[in-house]
Amino acid sequence: MRLAILDQGHSFGTKVMFTFIRLFSGHRVVDAVKLVMYRPDFYGGPMKPLTHEAMRGPSAWSAGDRELMAAFISQQNATEFCVKAHSAVAARAYGDRDRVSSVLADLDAAPIGEPLRATLRMLGKLTREHAVDANDMRGVLAAGASRAQIEDALAVCFAFNTTDRLADAFAFHVPGPKAFEAGAKFLLARGYR
Amino acid sequence: MSDIKEARNALVARILEGDGLASQAQRRAAFDNLGLDEPLRTLVEKVAKRARDVSDQDFAAARASGLSDDQLFEIVVCGAVGQAVRQHDRALAALEAAIRKE
Repeated sequence: MRLAILDQGHSFGTKVMFTFIRLFSGHRVVDAVKLVMYRPDFYGGPMKPLTHEAMRGPSAWSAGDRELMAAFISQQNATEFCVKAHSAVAARAYGDRDRVSSVLADLDAAPIGEPLRATLRMLGKLTREHAVDANDMRGVLAAGASRAQIEDALAVCFAFNTTDRLADAFAFHVPGPKAFEAGAKFLLARGYR
Repeated sequence: MSDIKEARNALVARILEGDGLASQAQRRAAFDNLGLDEPLRTLVEKVAKRARDVSDQDFAAARASGLSDDQLFEIVVCGAVGQAVRQHDRALAALEAAIRKE
């Protein structure tokens, strides 16, 4: 991690908690957790409930769909940590790793519904180009996504276009697959609060 | 549907108007990605537009200009949230325009 304070600058109580997590889970605390636990009054405190609402709040999209969106948005940003973290959660939520890998390999050919495909396409453009227009939105509506579904997808996009930038700017360490599997189990059970 | 409006407002209000080690003017400029001098201009532009290109040198240059790691933490957070807010607002406006013309 680029700022040493994000690695080692936490309060005594938080450091003790990190030690317990390492002892019980067998994995070091990942950098995404270190970030939100550093001076949580400034960033993590207000960001965690926002991310939880976007990822687990009431929605016509399933948790798996929204985790897939998070992985796809992160792929557009080339943020390796978040692609791997949220691919693992989506695969676990769906019980289908192939669906996730097929979307990330070729969105047009992936075996998913048209509303989700059109939504992902729009999120990809928004992430890469920083804007979309009314025609892009008409395409998503025509594919069968509702206004509420689009707004829910944009909430996921807001959360991950923030998180991805911080992951890259602060150079999150990318651990091995076992750490992401453990993280996925936790995030599915507990969410982001 | 999920609703992040209040949570987004609370996040933005906290990072821009709450206590911090960077000045409110610096945090606002980073959030807007506007009006910053070098070396922060380059760092925040990368955070906003191509965060994967942020380098150790960008942080080293910012530290050499007298900024502490805590100030840089706040400034980078503001730069990241600001760009995500602009994307989100543009997309919501596009959705509104699409529905109005349907």
